[in-house]
Amino acid sequence: MKITVRVWRQPSPDEAGRMVDYPVDDVAEDMSFLEMLDVLNEQLILDDEDPISFDHDCREGICGSCGMVINGQAHGPVKTTVCQLHMREFRDGDTIEVEPWRAGPFKILKDLVVDRSSFDRIIQAGGYVSVNTGAAPDAASVSVPKADADLAFENATCISCGACVAACPNGAAMLFTSAKVTHLNLLPQGQPERENRVLRMVQAMDDEGFGGCTNVGQCTQVCPKGIPFDSIMNMNREYLRAVKSSRGNQG
Amino acid sequence: MLDYRVGEPIADTKAPEGPIGERWSTRKFEAKLVNPSNRRKHKVIVVGTGLAGGSAGATLAEQGYHVIQFCFQDSPRRAHSVAAQGGINAAKNYRNDGDSVYRLFYDTVKGGDFRSRESNVHRLAEVSVQIIDQCVAQGVPFAREYGGLLDTRSFGGVQVQRTFYARGQTGQQLLIGAYQALERQIDEGNIELHTRTEMLDLIVIDGKARGIVARDLTTGKLTTYLADAVVLATGGYGNVFYLSTNAKGSNASAIWRAHKRGAYMANPCYTQIHPTCIPRSGDYQSKLTLMSESLRNDGRIWTPKREGDDRPANEIPEEERDYYLERQYPSFGNLVPRDIASRAAKTQCDIGKGVGPGGLGVYLDFADAIARMGQPAVEAKYGNLFDMYQRITAENPYKVPMRIYPAIHYTMGGLWVDYDLQTTIPGLFAIGEANFSDHGANRLGASALMQGLADGYFILPTTLNHYIASNKFPDVDAADPAVAEVETGVQERLEKLLSINGTRTADSFHRELGTLMWDYAGMSRNDGGLRKALDRIPELREEFWRSVKVPGTGFALNQQLEKANRVADFLEFGELLVLDALVREESAGGHFREEHQDSDGEAARDDENFAHVAAWEYCGPGENPVLHKEALEFDYVHLTQRSYA
Ligand SMILES: Cc1cc2nc3c(=O)[nH]c(=O)nc-3n(C[C@H](O)[C@H](O)[C@H](O)COP(=O)(O)OP(=O)(O)OC[C@H]3O[C@@H](n4cnc5c(N)ncnc54)[C@H](O)[C@@H]3O)c2cc1C
Ligand code: FES
Repeated sequence: MKITVRVWRQPSPDEAGRMVDYPVDDVAEDMSFLEMLDVLNEQLILDDEDPISFDHDCREGICGSCGMVINGQAHGPVKTTVCQLHMREFRDGDTIEVEPWRAGPFKILKDLVVDRSSFDRIIQAGGYVSVNTGAAPDAASVSVPKADADLAFENATCISCGACVAACPNGAAMLFTSAKVTHLNLLPQGQPERENRVLRMVQAMDDEGFGGCTNVGQCTQVCPKGIPFDSIMNMNREYLRAVKSSRGNQG
Repeated sequence: MLDYRVGEPIADTKAPEGPIGERWSTRKFEAKLVNPSNRRKHKVIVVGTGLAGGSAGATLAEQGYHVIQFCFQDSPRRAHSVAAQGGINAAKNYRNDGDSVYRLFYDTVKGGDFRSRESNVHRLAEVSVQIIDQCVAQGVPFAREYGGLLDTRSFGGVQVQRTFYARGQTGQQLLIGAYQALERQIDEGNIELHTRTEMLDLIVIDGKARGIVARDLTTGKLTTYLADAVVLATGGYGNVFYLSTNAKGSNASAIWRAHKRGAYMANPCYTQIHPTCIPRSGDYQSKLTLMSESLRNDGRIWTPKREGDDRPANEIPEEERDYYLERQYPSFGNLVPRDIASRAAKTQCDIGKGVGPGGLGVYLDFADAIARMGQPAVEAKYGNLFDMYQRITAENPYKVPMRIYPAIHYTMGGLWVDYDLQTTIPGLFAIGEANFSDHGANRLGASALMQGLADGYFILPTTLNHYIASNKFPDVDAADPAVAEVETGVQERLEKLLSINGTRTADSFHRELGTLMWDYAGMSRNDGGLRKALDRIPELREEFWRSVKVPGTGFALNQQLEKANRVADFLEFGELLVLDALVREESAGGHFREEHQDSDGEAARDDENFAHVAAWEYCGPGENPVLHKEALEFDYVHLTQRSYA
């Protein structure tokens, strides 16, 4: 099939960007969306034009590198990462709009590539269990009720792609942050730092300039891993609990 | 054609003598220590943030070293380790099913087809136990049973259930554990992390590794980083085949540049093919997707009996199907090891019985399993894999059999290291898939994650201490001519790539190299084919440097420049891989030489002539490499021929 890709071109963080149309012929249905962009890029290089920059690595939907807004939707029409989206979701003659994640804290570096290092800094603020290598007790000494283990796991599946932020009208990073808070605060290993973790991570989120949550719920809709909206409620509860607790206040 | 000469043998002088179970304790006890308060005066560079680099960086920082760390992705959590699905082995014996450190050691030596070092493998098995403790303490959500205890399963043809897992994403969960430990150390100011930064060369001064030159991929700026030791944790080189299950960015540049600075490269021809990947669908194919090996527990593999039979699978009657693995290997059936299952699939396709586009596929059929267990049970077990398959192929595997084909998956070869994980350049260490150490000619399933974390959490931090404590580190002057020479070399190479402005993209060269490698040095290899590849690769390399087209400049984000730079290294590395395959005139594990098979078509080792590690020394551009052999001795596990019939 033949399609037109209308894509955001921005040479550098400081230059203005704009949408540019490129026709792509010979698109096969079995191509992934990124393979379609590869084909377009080969063509652009040979035509002496600058190929489109985009982040990607695993192309299996697990590393969280890829991400773009396709026809107004984070990761496009299917609830998966864009590397797992295939061209059979589109029709011959379609014009497909492709834009980078847009959010204040995600500076555009080039074309579709954005800076998501703010996510790492949120994790630095407490998204871990403080245990030095070698200091761990035998793994069987802690048992975790299966229900807690499963819910912790569900939250741990976040791939840090940033779709939740891109989809949120407030540019909030609540789903991302709450997934980590929920994962660790549910587990026995996460208890000693439970209050500090949530207080510091929420503070980091605010410091990075992410917006607040107004219960829109778009984040969960686009999340390729299906992180539940409940995690946000849970983080709010954890936050209140920590504010009230003496342990948290000392932190 | 590239030729070689045999040099002096090489030996691992670091493994202590004595009973195998005591060697690691002895080494730990004999290793010199660095006073904790002195550690922060020492800088250590760690390149890579996968399971190996992530765990090493965090642990060294916890010990007090000043760590400078690098990855080319935008976050350390995206390292290729994230993609591992199946699980991680450990000799915990929580099931009381007869597992032990010794059994894991034994299985790994045998699985590696007797081409690894007993001392190293035993240590790996010992340390495996601590890994699980560490990961659980970090909050890694391993699968648990209803009683709240850890669940395990069996994996890859072993008889005990020693594989810990986190649904189909064990790698991601383990990596997040290491990543979080790393981020904690960054927060504490002990690690200086450079993301989107790629190491392009190694600095060796007075014979010791003292730094790297790296390029900031967003600005293009080259910077020299100096330190007292350098650790490479840069992963495997499977992408020399272009199509593989590796992430797109995985590359051989760091280890290849280190090789050119004096580090020996060991056993590059040992590559692993995974039998159950989704076949390619067209020329635009950019990578191959693995379907977990666990599918072979319930799926039955077959092809039509008649060549060229192009009826849809469900129109082919039962008696016209050939369940070839069950027929050839009645006792193991569909569960034969990876290399055997892969070669058998290739043979079926080579004789015209392959299915799907281009006849490059075989069926993996769940009809019997669905009839036996019911669809909900199959769904519960494999649902996410079936969904992934359907998303990629638009075929419903509950209704029609899956199509699978083997693909390059893992590389056992890598930088030669001694028992301390040190390369032949003092102060340069290699860990994880980047080294050659523990898997011999074939890696068992769920053992790469174990090795990466063993190296990073437990082994390297001990042996690096010893190195730092035993050496003096005079300040390196940034203006030292040895430093300037490396910087200029890197700069000139990038400029050269940008200036050629030819007619072909870097990808088109990569694809051509990949096809060559797959055809002649892939699943099975022979003298004629390998020689053909050795003729063709230098021509292709020359063509690359004459006619590659790299757009843009070096002073900005330029993904094509990154790619071209890596492809240029693959074009050199690939040649050494082929030479190694040609020289190793035996079949062992993942290295199958058609001339060396027994009457049943099984791999035939030649222990008399090839029970050694092949360690290659680089001797300069256009010069023949030198082969150093490290003899392997087996005092505990007796050499036997594998048999799965
Ligand atoms: C699809 C798939 C499934 C797998 N499943 C399993 C499994 O179930 N069990 C198992 O045990 N093993 C599995 N493996 C194998 C295992 O995942 C890998 O061998 C292992 O994760 C490698 O880890 P590593 O730390 O050595 O390297 P990687 O995780 O590849 O990390 C490499 C790091 O080095 C960095 N890097 C590389 N070059 C440079 C450079 N020049 N400059 C700066 N940084 C650089 C990268 O940014 C990255 O951070 C699987 C592999 C694949 C492909
Ligand atoms: S490229 Fe890894 S999730 Fe898409």
